[in-house]
Amino acid sequence: MFDLEDFRADTRAWLEENCPASMREPMRGADDICWGGRNPEFKNDDQRLWLERMADRGWTAPTWPEQYGGGGLSPEQAKVLREEMARIDAREPLKSFGISMVGPAIIKWGSEALKQEHLPKICRGEIRWCQGYSEPGAGSDLAGLQTKAEDKGDHYLINGQKIWTSYAHKADWIFCLVRTSWEGKKQEGITLILFDMQSPGVEARPIRLISGASVFCETFFTDVKADKKQVVGEVNKGWTYAKYILTHEREMVSAIGGDASAVDALGVQSLDAVGTDDQGRLDDPILRGDIARWEIDQLSFRLTLERARDEAKAGEGVGHYSALLKYAGTELNKRRLELKVAAEGMGGLAWEGQAWKGGALAKEWLRSKANSIEGGTSEVQLGILAKNVLGMK
Amino acid sequence: MATLVLDDEQKMLREAAMRFMAEKAPVAQLRALRDGEGGAFDAATWSAMAEMGFPGALIPEQHGGAGFGHVAMGQIMEAGGRTLAASPLFATGVAGACAIGLGGSEAQKAELLPKIASGELLCALAVDEGPRHTGKAPATQARPEGQGWAITGAKVNVADGGVAGLVIVSAVTPEGAAGLFLVEAGARGLEVERVEMADSRDTAILRFEATPAAALGEVSAGGTTLSQVVDICNAHLAAELVGIAGKAFEDTLAYVQERKQFGVTIASFQAIQHRAAHLFGEIEQARSLVLAALSGLDEGAENLPRLISAAKAKAASVADLATNEGVQLHGGVGMTDAYDIGLFMKRARPAAQLFGDGRFHADRFAALSGY
Repeated sequence: MFDLEDFRADTRAWLEENCPASMREPMRGADDICWGGRNPEFKNDDQRLWLERMADRGWTAPTWPEQYGGGGLSPEQAKVLREEMARIDAREPLKSFGISMVGPAIIKWGSEALKQEHLPKICRGEIRWCQGYSEPGAGSDLAGLQTKAEDKGDHYLINGQKIWTSYAHKADWIFCLVRTSWEGKKQEGITLILFDMQSPGVEARPIRLISGASVFCETFFTDVKADKKQVVGEVNKGWTYAKYILTHEREMVSAIGGDASAVDALGVQSLDAVGTDDQGRLDDPILRGDIARWEIDQLSFRLTLERARDEAKAGEGVGHYSALLKYAGTELNKRRLELKVAAEGMGGLAWEGQAWKGGALAKEWLRSKANSIEGGTSEVQLGILAKNVLGMK
Repeated sequence: MATLVLDDEQKMLREAAMRFMAEKAPVAQLRALRDGEGGAFDAATWSAMAEMGFPGALIPEQHGGAGFGHVAMGQIMEAGGRTLAASPLFATGVAGACAIGLGGSEAQKAELLPKIASGELLCALAVDEGPRHTGKAPATQARPEGQGWAITGAKVNVADGGVAGLVIVSAVTPEGAAGLFLVEAGARGLEVERVEMADSRDTAILRFEATPAAALGEVSAGGTTLSQVVDICNAHLAAELVGIAGKAFEDTLAYVQERKQFGVTIASFQAIQHRAAHLFGEIEQARSLVLAALSGLDEGAENLPRLISAAKAKAASVADLATNEGVQLHGGVGMTDAYDIGLFMKRARPAAQLFGDGRFHADRFAALSGY
């Protein structure tokens, strides 16, 4: 325990010294997120500096082994780091599907060569990854995917189409589920393979969404060559790895509801827009009640995230949390934005222009509707809970 | 915040409490008490609880208690919620022990706390004056008389008011200070009217007519003590509500896995699966919040009243959901007295109402959050 307090003191001092002041303010919009990549778009020098300093320390991936560019921290130390970053409102230095999704699978099942090739670049934010899972005919029934990989000796030839590929048009590499066998159960013919998005035959077309943004793509593969050395784990075992990654994705999506400590203060943040009565209460009693109920649910959720981490550390890890947290966290985020739009009135629905930061809230509100669809719909999560956790059949 | 996992001692106590309640204070006992000539609780069970150290869980060892703390007591309350244990544990071991422990003089603590820990002295906390808890100053009056005080007024919703040997009453002095006063059972001018409630637990209306009383500690500190004690009561009622919700859910889950229609169990239907899964998630989340509130009490967390109001509000709405879903998913038999699910519904509501229901606490949470 004493060591942990030493670690806290060191971490606090290091963060104080190294986290630039502008990286200690809440993110104002999507363009404040740092994604890294081959052609990184840094908003300013502070953002670049913050990424470099954290990556030098291995703290973009705090619990990964040091030999692959991680921080080598214990779960307890990683929790201290999170707490100390939250204390000064430090931003995440890097948002990365490499860290949250494919990296853990490479660590668990990848060959030594794959680890050495990919993990350090992921930690440094040098390669941006996207996830090739869903297809037009394989959404909730993901295992029905049809993208075909033909064995051509030293490589696979890939043909097919993915959809809802987040940021495919900006990603450098893809971790992709492909069908390598049509025999037996559909889950047993799937392989997880990695390839460069600049390979000939790859085309990513952004899809325009109701929010006006285009973060998802249709991604087409026409005779794309993928080196066999880039297969993660074993051929035809990809479904196991995919489910593992989905668990990580769920945790990440559920953290949408859990991470932002500021969102707990929705009531206080609404005081200006709504106004107050003579006792200082939000001057819309029904909205005030709705917000209070939401904040209480949000607090329950955040403490459940905390409890899940604590239990995992104590070796009581219960796998059912990821489906539960994904479901609850995304539904809460949708409710949060409904309430925020209500609190801001017509201002919350402005689409373009100077007012309301060019419609940032309206777009965030609409974006949130995908939360309970992507990474497995709410209905899929409830099904997982019912069947796998509650044993209902 | 401390870690949200029970330590080994708390886990052992939780298991012991679960076993104890299941064996010694099962739902069948509540039914027997309700249907028989017996009293509000089973005396042998209460003695056994005292042997386990339950009534003294929140009393320090120097005063004869076990000093287990709030997280531990919360586990006992949850266990009791799961079996609808009809016992004086809440009114005596939580409300009485904490009121005297926090507000009593050294002499009062030395005299009364050991008797509470041993199970010999039963308490009741008399606060409300109307059907709904308001959190407002009492209208009941306390006037100086001789060495002590005389209480005049009426209190309602008094849990265990019909069996308590010692009643702790909130009342206002001629100077306008709200204080806490001790009235002994059988005191002159005290009239006890027992009220039959939906949950078959002991509840009473108490009327005081110049009833002799002693101040609990310093009268001027009574208001602060009272609000602390009511917060503590709410945290433990929330723990009981999590127990009620959890067992109502488990009984319901077992039922839908056994009930067949159209040739299959109704648990195989997606409509039922999704409702059950949602409920399970809500209960788990309420459990986290209640654990944080109990742990906050043990560690003196910041803004504790706000956290406790959140826990009570969440636990109340989850217990509401669990018992309503429970009756619905049981179908027709859920409406019968033969099944326990209805009894869980009948306890969930009064446990939520006592010291403020979910709406009261959501409102208080908002005010304490600054909006």
